[in-house]
Amino acid sequence: MSRSSKVWLGLALAAALALPAFAQGGKTGLGRSALPEEIKAWDIDVRPDGLGLPPGKGSVKDGETLFLERCAACHGEFAEGVGRWPVLAGGQGTMMADRPEKTIGSFWPDLSTAFDYIRRAMPYGNAQSLTADETYAIVAFLLNMNNIVKDDFVLSRENFLTVKMPNAAAFYDDDREKAEKHFWNRTPCMTNCKPDTRITGRAAVLDVTPDGGDKSIKVE
Amino acid sequence: MTERKDRPASRRGFLAAAAGAGALAATGRANAQAPKPDPAITEPQDWNRHLGPGVDHAPYGKPSKFEAGVVRRHVGWLTADTVSSINFTPLHQLDGIVTPNGLCFERHHAGVAEIEPTKHRLMIHGLVEKPLVFTMDDLKRFPGRVNKLYFLECAANGGMEWRGAQLNGCQFTHGMIHNVWYTGIPLKTLLDEAGVRTNAKWLLAEGADASSMTRSIPIEKAMKDCLVVWGMNGEALRAEQGYPLRLVVPGWEGNMWIKWLRRLEVGEQPWQQREETSKYTDLLADGRSRRFTFVMDAKSVVTNPSPQAPLRHKGPNVLTGLAWSGRGAIARVDVSIDGGKNWQNARIDGPVLPMSLTRFYVDFDWQGQDLLIQSRAMDETGYVQPTKDELRKVRGVNSIYHNNGIQTWHVKPNGETENVEIL
Repeated sequence: MSRSSKVWLGLALAAALALPAFAQGGKTGLGRSALPEEIKAWDIDVRPDGLGLPPGKGSVKDGETLFLERCAACHGEFAEGVGRWPVLAGGQGTMMADRPEKTIGSFWPDLSTAFDYIRRAMPYGNAQSLTADETYAIVAFLLNMNNIVKDDFVLSRENFLTVKMPNAAAFYDDDREKAEKHFWNRTPCMTNCKPDTRITGRAAVLDVTPDGGDKSIKVE
Repeated sequence: MTERKDRPASRRGFLAAAAGAGALAATGRANAQAPKPDPAITEPQDWNRHLGPGVDHAPYGKPSKFEAGVVRRHVGWLTADTVSSINFTPLHQLDGIVTPNGLCFERHHAGVAEIEPTKHRLMIHGLVEKPLVFTMDDLKRFPGRVNKLYFLECAANGGMEWRGAQLNGCQFTHGMIHNVWYTGIPLKTLLDEAGVRTNAKWLLAEGADASSMTRSIPIEKAMKDCLVVWGMNGEALRAEQGYPLRLVVPGWEGNMWIKWLRRLEVGEQPWQQREETSKYTDLLADGRSRRFTFVMDAKSVVTNPSPQAPLRHKGPNVLTGLAWSGRGAIARVDVSIDGGKNWQNARIDGPVLPMSLTRFYVDFDWQGQDLLIQSRAMDETGYVQPTKDELRKVRGVNSIYHNNGIQTWHVKPNGETENVEIL
């Protein structure tokens, strides 16, 4: 390499190292504007205040036909659930029972959640295939199976907010830092922390663990 | 050549004769057998003689075939099918604090979406000055790229243990967790680019999978430390971890870390989606339910010994485990071998980072006695991991999520180790 070309290389490197940096907090101009049609295609969420509900309506009766056809294979004809698939109806009054049955009627605080979820994720394996009217009808049927509306009910965008969910008042925001304050700033005991200890339960008795790994024992 | 071939043969012959002589000599003495040479040393092994595969035999390398048992496992009876299901990280077979990509537990609601990255888009809209769409290339050109190590724990980790000891293995009781180095950009960078309006309070994140998974996230958290990432442990995200793009929500329940991230909507109230109302709410004994219990409380578990990794030798042994907290860094870990009567400080090794797994050890001598092993984590906020009974006293047994109670393993005189409940 000649002396002059070395000089040129040096200058080029200096220029490369002096690349302008972006100021923190400044806009980069990366990406592009989202078009209204694009936002409309993806923005299908529905909020408890009704924001996002599409125009449309559906009856309990139509919902029953649709449910039997598209949903009952997993959720059962009466939304009672098949096998381990979710139970969608019943269970009201069991939230303090030994085995609570959490369903749309017994547990879900907002009706919009049912509409939103069915619209975005159901039927399982064929998501977003239902029309707005079909979704209203299936939600109406599920409300009926949960004894929240009568057999002749027609759910629509207009009357959606009039439906009251039975368990809505039972939810409150995380209060662990107050309700479980005693878990903080304790000085943990290090010696003679309890008089005696005894085993009260064993996992092996239940025998519900899948096989995995060599559990044969040979101590050396 | 002939000479070289003959030498090992004659050497083996000599050793065999010597061993035979030793055995003969030992017959006369009942208890004092002369030590036998180890064939792993005296016999030439195949791999010591024959050539192995060359470079590029496996262009993407896999673990040794002898490690084939180190895998994620699922519990068949937990879910209706494997498409909307969960499996578990084999914590008892790992060490250090980084989870290998292929062993990070999976939780899908509609199976693994296989997304072509050139067709992936991320949209930001709602209460912003300018709704935007980004390609993967756009995202990778943003300034301020970061690398962060964080644990991701499913809120349901330990959920099967509320009523008592049920699953026999820390893979199953604690394996809905992994710890990964993420590469990406702060979510704040993208929100600033779009210009969040002053009345914004919440953010809805949505995935591109067949469940269109959604969660509402408070805007303060989104602006504080959330990341939008495309890399894990130095390479691209695995498909089952959200390739090509996922959300990272440090210290908060794993369900919020939306995989296959395609949409961020800014709003003034939460959306009350299925995953934050019917699921991931904590039903308490009085019939009421806590919601938005986002933070993962401090927790720890001894990974060895544990039911899948029993003790096999008397004498020196290594007890090890993991501790973590969604509220910050781990300050201390204590270990008990007598069911919580007496405790000692564990030795912490490796980096202690906020909202990351932390590795601890106790080197101990075992003479075949029964052990009731427990670990207890403390974090930098002063939170002390409670016992399971202390938790049940506040929450009952039906809350499913956020079980961070102290785990007990019973090591029996034969080394077998079992998941137990104690008083």
